[in-house]
Amino acid sequence: MNVVNELNFSFLSKSTNESFARATVSAFILCLDPTISELSDIKTAVSEAVTNCIVHGYPDYLGIIYINVKITDTNKIIIKIRDKGIGIPDVKQALEPLFTTSNDERAGLGFAVMQSFMDNVKVRSKEGVGTSVTMEKTLYRTSYDKR
Amino acid sequence: MVVETDFTDNILTAKLYGEIDHHKASSIRNKIDSQTESLRPKELHLDFTGVSFMDSSGIGLIMGRYRQVSLIGGTLKVVNVPKSLQKIMSLSGIDSLGVLK
Ligand SMILES: Nc1ncnc2c1ncn2[C@@H]1O[C@H](COP(=O)(O)OP(=O)(O)OP(=O)(O)O)[C@@H](O)[C@H]1O
Ligand SMILES: [Mg+2]
Repeated sequence: MNVVNELNFSFLSKSTNESFARATVSAFILCLDPTISELSDIKTAVSEAVTNCIVHGYPDYLGIIYINVKITDTNKIIIKIRDKGIGIPDVKQALEPLFTTSNDERAGLGFAVMQSFMDNVKVRSKEGVGTSVTMEKTLYRTSYDKR
Repeated sequence: MVVETDFTDNILTAKLYGEIDHHKASSIRNKIDSQTESLRPKELHLDFTGVSFMDSSGIGLIMGRYRQVSLIGGTLKVVNVPKSLQKIMSLSGIDSLGVLK
């Protein structure tokens, strides 16, 4: 498995950037000719992870969100979304559906959505250091033609 | 304009448009809640016809309006959900509230 294309970008944790982030990732992977539902799954997962950085990672201040996207020759898309915010004290608990620390009308479903819309989700976090979410999805339809 | 409202026969209908995410949710919420409080409808309908994208912030929005309208003795209906949003709707379990029409 070789990486055939890669994108790196970073931006301030403002909520207006949620749509920017998912549109940017989506534009980058269009060359793989994803189906509409694959594209929609990926946009939704990116939106969840980015929103978490904005709402939870940097709760009362702005910070930088880093996104790395890799495309492999096996049609796999690997997306890493990272913040240097407050971190998660108990990742296992955070991953449970309906768990939320917010009292701001959140459903506690973000990680559940990422896990069901992507093939694989890994969360690494350290309190006071930050959180990174790595998600993978292999596209079904086409193969990357060694461009 | 991300939400357009109509009040007929004691039914408040909120037509939602575009992409519903955390950024958009708060203005949608404010508009619907202020109308719900002043009109006190028997039913609140959230119409998703024009929604092209939604993440879990949209689920929070639906659950919050469910609570809000229940407080004044009304009921919530979620109508015209496009095919593309059915996956997230069913994952959220909101159909168990009996609001999906
Ligand atoms: N980047 C992050 N930094 C710090 N804490 C996080 C981060 N991402 C998630 N969390 C913690 O994990 C919990 C669960 O996240 P999840 O996305 O599943 O639900 P939510 O964000 O609370 O609600 P929803 O995503 O449905 O709006 C959050 O409430 C928060 O406590
Ligand atoms: Mg979340």
